[in-house]
Amino acid sequence: MEAFKEHVGLVVPLDRINVDTDQIIPKQFLKRIERTGFGEFLFYDWRYLENGDPNPEFVLNHLRYAGASILIAGINFGCGSSREHAPWALQQYGFKVILAPSFADIFRNNCYKNGILPITLSAEEIATLSQQAKDTEGYKLMVNLEEQSVVCPDGTVYTFEIGDFEKYCMHNGLDEIGWTLQYEANITAYENQNRL
Amino acid sequence: MKILAIDFSYDQITKASYSYRNRHVYPYLEAKGFEIIRCQGKSARHYHNLKVKENMKKTMYEKIWDTHLVRASDDEVPILYIDTHLVHEVTSPQAFEGLRLNNRKVRRPNLTFATMDHNLPTTDRSLPIKDQIAAKQMETLAQNCAEFDIPLYDINNPEQGIVHVIGPELGITQPGKTMVCGDSHTSTHGAFGALAFGIGTSEIEHVLATQCLLQHKSQTFEIRVDGKLPYGVTAKDIILSIIGKIGIDGGNGTVIEYTGSTIRALSIEERMTVCNMSIEAGARAGMIAPDDATYEYIVGRQFAPKGESFDTAVEQWKQLPTDEGATYDRTLTLNAADMAPQVTWGTNPGMVTDVTGKVPNPADMHSSDEKQAAEHALAYMDLQPGTPMTDISVDRVFIGSCTNSRISDLRAAADVVKGRKVAEKVNAMVVPGSQAIKRQAESEGLDKVFRAAGFEWREAGCSMCLGMNPDILMPGQRCASTSNRNFEGRQGKGGRTHLVSPQMAAATAVTGRFVDIRTFG
Repeated sequence: MEAFKEHVGLVVPLDRINVDTDQIIPKQFLKRIERTGFGEFLFYDWRYLENGDPNPEFVLNHLRYAGASILIAGINFGCGSSREHAPWALQQYGFKVILAPSFADIFRNNCYKNGILPITLSAEEIATLSQQAKDTEGYKLMVNLEEQSVVCPDGTVYTFEIGDFEKYCMHNGLDEIGWTLQYEANITAYENQNRL
Repeated sequence: MKILAIDFSYDQITKASYSYRNRHVYPYLEAKGFEIIRCQGKSARHYHNLKVKENMKKTMYEKIWDTHLVRASDDEVPILYIDTHLVHEVTSPQAFEGLRLNNRKVRRPNLTFATMDHNLPTTDRSLPIKDQIAAKQMETLAQNCAEFDIPLYDINNPEQGIVHVIGPELGITQPGKTMVCGDSHTSTHGAFGALAFGIGTSEIEHVLATQCLLQHKSQTFEIRVDGKLPYGVTAKDIILSIIGKIGIDGGNGTVIEYTGSTIRALSIEERMTVCNMSIEAGARAGMIAPDDATYEYIVGRQFAPKGESFDTAVEQWKQLPTDEGATYDRTLTLNAADMAPQVTWGTNPGMVTDVTGKVPNPADMHSSDEKQAAEHALAYMDLQPGTPMTDISVDRVFIGSCTNSRISDLRAAADVVKGRKVAEKVNAMVVPGSQAIKRQAESEGLDKVFRAAGFEWREAGCSMCLGMNPDILMPGQRCASTSNRNFEGRQGKGGRTHLVSPQMAAATAVTGRFVDIRTFG
């Protein structure tokens, strides 16, 4: 996994609450056996018209948001299916950071494991950032993991919470399996003790 | 506010801290308006012991959590041992690939079980699979299972079925276990008093390699339902009512334990329906304490402990229920008498109402976000505010999925359609949760009842719950479905899903529109 230190990127606001992983990546794209190739299908049903053309109404298709790498969303982003194809699609499209007032549990876990930083801010803060992104073309935010901060163009700083372990993993691009395997003796002891 | 101060003053250190509290802490707190109740000596010991005892009282979740910790330290995320890992074809290929890339093995193939369920067609099993990409994914699972020595219930296995149906059926699911699967409906297995939850593909790889997961402890949430369930109200209606009440993020960050006399009176299959949809409320898992009904269900099944080991296991399982006096982080109490048959109107399971209700008006929603979401949902569902639910007609009926495809579900639906016909213009299908259920239903003649009524009778699989196989809705089609998600496009792009119980789905198939099962027939 790629390490995450600091990211400056264009912001796109997605004005929807409870966006489920079925919307992020519809089921017909889950048949691949590879980890790649999901970016073009991100938000497929919203992003494309029946004939396969980009839907001009959908926010990701607005020219001013081309190349966006920071997504602002509504409450409970990523609810529903546990499919990790959702963060894969977001990451492969180019998103590095998602800001929302809340995330679904499994989705948030899946994000950390793919180098996407899910940041929870208050509903008011999200509303403010979302409005600024709409009002200002080329609106960018600077996200710093070490400082746990989101810095606005006007200099306003918002801080966010993140678990120490998640922060450490993201910051170092840590292989979690390797981390757990350093405690293999503990695992074996547990198995012996419980006759597993 | 009153503060109970338990003071010991045996030795120098406790004496010193006692005098510090007396001189500085208590006067400070009293100045802030707190009332200090001091106790020393015998009464201090009494209160102290009481407090320790109180702290020893645990919820079922805490008991399972504590006994599965491989490593816990204050500054690192705990390592939790996983007793059973269930695997299916859709979320696992990249995990196995990851193992190969890093030259890692599956640590405990004998604690891992795989089946094919999401992708496979539910039509004649002797025909070749037309969808080549789906076929490749199933073939990949077969290869991975062969390579890593994992038992597989493949498309031709007589025990094949939906992963959350065959786990309990085979006796793999047992109280007190930690169980995971790359599927959010893993919460189903909590019906036996197991801690079972869905994980992503990276975590699948983690469990394959280490038989452990890095997990943060969840909050505990007791949802208590008391009283006799009214006629026509099912386990599906209980869980839909709960989600309607707390919202689809109402359980985020928590493990729900369902308690109360209503839950206790449910059969094991009904408990599975309730726990299955815990994830639709955002909960990490749902659980119900095991009891005699649980043990009776498990005894004699293939992977259940046998003979004396079974008795020993039951004695251990009896220790699992939450201690009296243990506290949950949150509690909600509901009355079964207030519940009615449910129908969803929108595009998530929380957008639900009584069957006697109407499509709500977005203008009545609490917040602008909810109003906008309801407007989107009604536009997608092509519904007008104020329409009675029973005025809504359907094109399709789907009875199946890990929520409602067990033998008791099929019996209940067959009871409703017996001697009746599916409405003209309605296409209705029954997809049993497993091949074993299919055989059982056929031995009881349920297939004949369904077929005579005009239902299609299929082979086992996830089918139209998520439409990864050829069973999908066409754009604009409206479906009464016993599944668990009514998300946009879930059952097929442009398809419109209404979640209901098996009885309600069966009655809807007959009348061609939603109908109150309590007054049906």
